[in-house]
Amino acid sequence: MCSFSLFAQDYFPSNAGVIANNTNYTAFTNATIHVSPTEVINNATLLIKDGKVVSVGQSVSIPKNTTTIDLSGKTIYPSFIDLYTTFGVEKPKRQRGESQYGPSRSGFYWNDHVMPEQDVMTTFKYDEKSATELLNLGFGTVNTHFPDGVVRGTGALIALNNNADNAMRIVDGRTSQHFSFSKSAKSNQSYPSSIMGSMALLRQMYLDADWYAAGHINTKDLSLEALNKNKNLLQIFEAGSRMNLLRADKVGDAYNIQYTILGGGDEYERISEVKATNATIILPLDFQLAYNVEDPFLASTLSLSDMRSWNQEPHNPRLLAENGINFTFTTHGLKSKKSFKTNLMKAIEMGLSKQKALEALTTIPASLLGKSDVLGTLKTGSYANFLITDGDIFEKKTKLYENWVQGTANIISDRSKTDIDGDYTFKINNTAYELNISGSTSKPKAKIKSTDKDLSTKMSYKDNWATLTFKTADSTKQEYIRVVANASNHNALNGKAILPNGNELPFNALKAKQKEAPKKDGKKRHEVIKDKPFMSPISYPNLAYGFEEKPQSETLLFKNATVWTNEKDGVLENTDVLIKDGKISKIGKNLSNKKAKVIDATGKHITAGIIDEHSHIAASSINEGGQNSSAEVTIEDVINDESIDIYRNLAGGVTSIQILHGSANPIGGRSAIIKLKWGESAENLIYDNSPKFIKFALGENVKQSRVRRNARFPQSRMGVEQVFVDYFTRAKAYDDLKKSGQPYRKDIEMETLAEILNSERFISCHSYVQSEINMLMKVAEQFDFKINTFTHILEGYKVADKMKDHGVGGSTFSDWWAYKYEVNDAIPYNAAIMHNAGVTVAINSDDAEMSRRLNQEAAKSVKYGGISEEEAWKFVTLNPAKLLHLDNRVGSLKVGKDADVVLWTDHPMSIYAKAEKTIIEGVTYFDLEQDKQMREAIKKEKSELINLMLQDKNKGMQTQPVKKKRERLLHCDSMDNEQHSAH
Amino acid sequence: MKTLNYIHITLFLLCITLSFAQQTPAPEQTKDFAIVGATAHIGDGTVIENSIIIVSDGKITTIGPEASTPLTKQAMTIIDAKDKHVYPGFIVANGTLGLVEVDAVKASVDLSELGTYNPHIRSIIAYNTESKVVESMRPNGVLLGQVVPRGGRISGTSSVVQYDAWNWEDAAIKMDDGIHMNWPSSFSRGRWWLGEDAGLKPNKQYKKQVTELEAYFTESKSYNKGDKKESHLPYEAMSGLFDGSKRLYINVDDEKGITDAVNFAKAQGVSKITIVGAYQADKLTSFLKENNVSVFLRRVHTRPELEDDDYDLPFKLAKTLVDAGILVALEPSGQMERMNSRNLPFYAGTTVAHGLTKAQALQLITENPAKILGIDDLYGTLKVGKSATLFISEGDALDMRTNILTHAFIDGRNLSLETHQTELWKRYSEKLSEKK
Repeated sequence: MCSFSLFAQDYFPSNAGVIANNTNYTAFTNATIHVSPTEVINNATLLIKDGKVVSVGQSVSIPKNTTTIDLSGKTIYPSFIDLYTTFGVEKPKRQRGESQYGPSRSGFYWNDHVMPEQDVMTTFKYDEKSATELLNLGFGTVNTHFPDGVVRGTGALIALNNNADNAMRIVDGRTSQHFSFSKSAKSNQSYPSSIMGSMALLRQMYLDADWYAAGHINTKDLSLEALNKNKNLLQIFEAGSRMNLLRADKVGDAYNIQYTILGGGDEYERISEVKATNATIILPLDFQLAYNVEDPFLASTLSLSDMRSWNQEPHNPRLLAENGINFTFTTHGLKSKKSFKTNLMKAIEMGLSKQKALEALTTIPASLLGKSDVLGTLKTGSYANFLITDGDIFEKKTKLYENWVQGTANIISDRSKTDIDGDYTFKINNTAYELNISGSTSKPKAKIKSTDKDLSTKMSYKDNWATLTFKTADSTKQEYIRVVANASNHNALNGKAILPNGNELPFNALKAKQKEAPKKDGKKRHEVIKDKPFMSPISYPNLAYGFEEKPQSETLLFKNATVWTNEKDGVLENTDVLIKDGKISKIGKNLSNKKAKVIDATGKHITAGIIDEHSHIAASSINEGGQNSSAEVTIEDVINDESIDIYRNLAGGVTSIQILHGSANPIGGRSAIIKLKWGESAENLIYDNSPKFIKFALGENVKQSRVRRNARFPQSRMGVEQVFVDYFTRAKAYDDLKKSGQPYRKDIEMETLAEILNSERFISCHSYVQSEINMLMKVAEQFDFKINTFTHILEGYKVADKMKDHGVGGSTFSDWWAYKYEVNDAIPYNAAIMHNAGVTVAINSDDAEMSRRLNQEAAKSVKYGGISEEEAWKFVTLNPAKLLHLDNRVGSLKVGKDADVVLWTDHPMSIYAKAEKTIIEGVTYFDLEQDKQMREAIKKEKSELINLMLQDKNKGMQTQPVKKKRERLLHCDSMDNEQHSAH
Repeated sequence: MKTLNYIHITLFLLCITLSFAQQTPAPEQTKDFAIVGATAHIGDGTVIENSIIIVSDGKITTIGPEASTPLTKQAMTIIDAKDKHVYPGFIVANGTLGLVEVDAVKASVDLSELGTYNPHIRSIIAYNTESKVVESMRPNGVLLGQVVPRGGRISGTSSVVQYDAWNWEDAAIKMDDGIHMNWPSSFSRGRWWLGEDAGLKPNKQYKKQVTELEAYFTESKSYNKGDKKESHLPYEAMSGLFDGSKRLYINVDDEKGITDAVNFAKAQGVSKITIVGAYQADKLTSFLKENNVSVFLRRVHTRPELEDDDYDLPFKLAKTLVDAGILVALEPSGQMERMNSRNLPFYAGTTVAHGLTKAQALQLITENPAKILGIDDLYGTLKVGKSATLFISEGDALDMRTNILTHAFIDGRNLSLETHQTELWKRYSEKLSEKK
């Protein structure tokens, strides 16, 4: 029964004997058959032949040449499908060696990490050990791929048939095309060095593929050819987290590609955004283990977000199902494949329906692969891939007996093994013995008693043969009686006993009549309806200080405040401010509004929210340093909406920031300009109709002064100029061609630079010393545009007159210097001198700590250079708004502008002031009183979760050591995957 | 050859840097002077309005309310300080000024040595009196500081200096005041470049590292009891810890680490103990108080350590510790700590927004560090008989807007308040106004 003969190919010669094909049928009768997740037939028959289902149902006609297998009391399911494996594929090892800027191959795409031409079958090697492991979990077919590179080439669908060769196992050699944000381990080409770089690379690749397909390229590019050829396959993207999932989908959407996306198990944190992708999610089941919180010191360092992940992740599949999001399960990412079943059961315990679970394992992956006709169900014509169990497969105690693949059985546990648990009596030499057997089908255990004396006994049970070895009743001797007995007869064990003296006697043990076992108390307790599992509430964002319900815009009336208008009115004493519909509605004395929530602001100050022109908080990457220009990347792609720094900046009165690309290269990436609407998704943080900005950089960082190898142009300030001139010259040619109406190869980098030439996008340039500041202005003038801002400019004071003439603004550090050679002449009077020369001056942070206190930094301009308080305050509000082209919306308290407002406990530039309320568009995102309440709530929730973790540990469940979460402080120099930073 | 060129270039650039002259140290006080009419912030928690302060031979000879102290007008310079404020010179505890000029230029860095146990390494001899960063302290009222070596398990021996001197011998006001140690951390980071999880995990080496420290202290004591025939410089340097002449500064932040460190030091017979950093000291206030342990509290202007921490935790820690009766001084260590040391008064000011009184906050950077550093016989407060190391500010010196100095004195010497930075300011302001 175990296996059929191989299905030899007709045209293959045989020199091993006669060609003899088995054309018999096999019928599985009297079973409960789940033909599909939605169709169950009781008492049914499954008839198969040649590895395929012939028919299934209650009245199946069985041909004469049929072997029948009686499956009374058993259940049949379609075998599972894992869409996302690397089965039979060896992961390439990382290449050691220096990074390089160019590709290491030719005839392919310019970037080594794009390898759509890669075919998984060229390296595929069937792995029987892994196959068995997967078969034991219930999988019958797996899709496999080469897990390396940004574009990874084609995957294939393999049947886990240990009894055939690849000719039989390969269900389809080209099923899918694979993508990720990670570089290939095989190449040291440095681009892309960030997630946003990978996103830009993919976009440009799609554009190039179209251009290539249209026949515009005269040379060969086998990568683009393959990409175009693979277009109609299933497109699978390895994202691995909710944030990356949304990013991948965004890339696909622009080119009408719907990726099927490997998720991270954290999709529930932003379920509506995930649903909006329309993507089917491949879901790993690698739930967090409880943390070992027995040591209170260690436990105190655990973050609420990590604790919540442990508690909430098992609910993810249920929540996806409830929200109508399609998903399939994968074993990918599991450290131990065995945890697949445990975690699947856990998901079901948290309320995932069994039907959805079965769909996720069968019909959904089958349909994604376009194989619904042959996989995922047991309809006629399907592969005979099915599971035989002793009951509901989604119950913990259910036993999986067999996993049939392509009509071939894989035995997981012996179905025919007779259960011989029970009490027996037998006699040897007239001595009566009592025998109790338990666990016979799993871990057999026997107890033998004679005249009320326990005799130590060992037992094994295999292939219906039991062996027993027990001590004789004479405890003074070390003597044993051995028994071997067959269990074919249901109520008896028959065989022989071998005595210590070598004599053999017949052995016949009779099973006692089964007593009605009284239910034990323990069982009763078990039946008590369990409490619904506790789930920590999901907040927005899902970490400490997140909102359980998103706060709403209110009508607010502040009474009797000192109001810093930043307008002609200056600072108004004893004045009221009315906020309505997210806008500043009225400023004046004795205002009233019936619907407004009135806030007494006597003795307090109201200002416009602080705007930070130069920030690196709330982003997953900052630098794409893989090339000397990266105009094609944008920080908008990599906003991190769950950064605690957003909240901390709000607590410092900050309402808007520009997240700038870093300074790793002369032409950096595009900015994201966001409002700190704590709790909103990344996309919703970005300004509507956001002004377009890009980061440029000069000096030590871009010439790689602290990089060991001199490999990338430029290495001097002289070269930096030429980079700019070169790129703008080419961008101009590009733009001219585009405007001429002739066909042109769309290039995202050139598009961006052309926007600058057309004054549609503005440059904020990292700058320190005067020579290069002057240079960049001259380059811009040569190309007839203006530099918008020199950011954290420190020697602006030396060329303030030239800046004024050019029309560029200066955003500066208040007092930073001495951290590198090029800031030797940085002086805290810089802001004052530039301001006095007529330059629009802002003070920026470039630092997640300093941005919490930009009010103090503005106040330093009063000390250093004697700027008036009113003007100094504009350095962190109205002036950065001007530099960001947002002063028509924010930056001052003017009727009609956005209600981005801060209530201060004191004079806003006093060292003794605190932000009491920070409001954006009428929504209170930070409030001192509310903050206090949140602290209490966090403490309470953490205690509850710690208690639950202790319960898990006490139940003997596995735990993981505590880890300490610390967010990286990102600066200009920060690269993905690096720990150090500089400015 | 390439490397050599690089060094040459670096040296060349440094020469240019140093070619701008530093401010000349002020000469000894020759004539008595009186500061009249100012609000005098004594530094011990008290304030005298309309005060008079008389300074003679570098010492304060008189301080009190103007009304009760008639001015004897013999050969004395009168400084009219009506509506102004006088403070004791601010003190940078756990500072590194003078050991590094430009962070990113390795040739200008003298901060730490090779090796794990370096008690014999002395910072004072590397202290650069010509540092442009040091001179930029004075216009903010920061006049004194500890010079502390960093790195290793035992970093070395610090000294205390004043910031207006010709050479390190002139600068030193207390030589070799204490030994600095980094307590083993409770967490360690995976080596991500070897494929380990980069996250912070409990440090498995903790016990081993503590045992090693114990052995080091024990061996040091044994050596110092012996005949020292063959000298052992590091053990020799440790002796001050056991005879009470030196303070032990232990850098540690976490609750368990602080407890272990204090118990360790006590058990080793160290009598003067200061915890440096002390982020979680707020959970141990009574323990620290009972053990008479003082604290150099980590930079006020930092981000909270953990995601869930109160946003203002670094701002309000001082309040919690001071309320519990612990002797606390502020320290500046961290990113860009040297140039940022001039913001010391504003670190103190921020603690006022988060609970302390202004007088208490002032103690954190005057009297308290002086006591801990053991220089309070002369420095840290404005008292008769103490050094005239003080300054006059237009207004509240803890607030940026009003920290504007008119005079500063160290030991009665009238300091220049000019710096490389003020010179550039004046030079370019002038250039731009001429253009107009």
